[in-house]
Amino acid sequence: MNSKIKLLAIGIVIGVIGWGGFNWSLALTNTEEFCISCHEMEANVYKELQETVHWSNRTGVRATCPDCHVPKDWMHKVVRKIKASKELYHKMLGTIDTPEKFDEYRLTMAMSEWKRMKETDSRECRNCHNFASMNLDKQEERSAERHEPHLWEVTDGKEPSRTCIDCHKGIAHTLPQGWEEAVDNDPLLKVELTKEEKEALAE
Amino acid sequence: MRKSNLGTAIILSVLLSVFVTSAYAVGSLRGEYDLDKESKTFEKKKQIKNKGFDRNYTLQPPLIPHSIEKDKVTLKGNTCMKCHSAKNFQKEKAPKAGDSHYLDRDGKVLSKISSRRYFCMQCHVPQLDAQPLVDNNF
Repeated sequence: MNSKIKLLAIGIVIGVIGWGGFNWSLALTNTEEFCISCHEMEANVYKELQETVHWSNRTGVRATCPDCHVPKDWMHKVVRKIKASKELYHKMLGTIDTPEKFDEYRLTMAMSEWKRMKETDSRECRNCHNFASMNLDKQEERSAERHEPHLWEVTDGKEPSRTCIDCHKGIAHTLPQGWEEAVDNDPLLKVELTKEEKEALAE
Repeated sequence: MRKSNLGTAIILSVLLSVFVTSAYAVGSLRGEYDLDKESKTFEKKKQIKNKGFDRNYTLQPPLIPHSIEKDKVTLKGNTCMKCHSAKNFQKEKAPKAGDSHYLDRDGKVLSKISSRRYFCMQCHVPQLDAQPLVDNNF
């Protein structure tokens, strides 16, 4: 009996340490410092981010790498982390270790990230950006005009005809050469016009 | 003896005047403001954003009535073409880049913007609510 309690206590302690350690290392790899500790990220995408609104803006709120590139909830985060082990492999191969190589590979990398965003209905954008809190009166006229139909789709509970990434490509990093053709030729990424938009175009 | 004195005086005064004028010409960026005085306040100018500017003269390249902060024209890409290209302008409800922008030097029609017209901001510019420093009689 006594030994059983001892075993349980040891089990609990090991469990707490193991689980805590796992979560701790998960959190550690989920910081911007960790991302830019590789020169591939620091010299290319991190520099590009610094020229965008997600780095510098009116209110001083900014996004770090994992805010957009790693899901927030545990399940999806772990899946993404496992998939990201591929990046370690390519780091060892040196697939993108010069700016020239990075640019050569940029379209492939961007396409895979766009697909991830599209498949999850731009889940990571929506961690911060929420249609329910989006005040179109405070937006610039052009932005408000474009957002309005989609805001109503959400308000009316209709199937959304667009997701954030459909229009907002290249907002945080430089667009790859030939991205437009690549997106149009990709069955998943291609943006189909809605019936209303087609009618408006025909007029 | 006297003559040479006069000569030296003339040379000295010429040198001195050259010195003084050149000292003025250098001037500091602060202008006439002393270091211990308060400097001029910075007047922030805002960009004019509207539905579009009228042309001031025929063949004027249309002015840009929206922010271009996020737009980049580089060797690898031109983000203006996201909206203003022949392919996208209808969908984006944006003015199309002129037909002349799709011609090469032999007059052949191109499917993409001509490299001669690639650098949009060379001719098309945004406007600030600033008054010109020098009068313009054009």
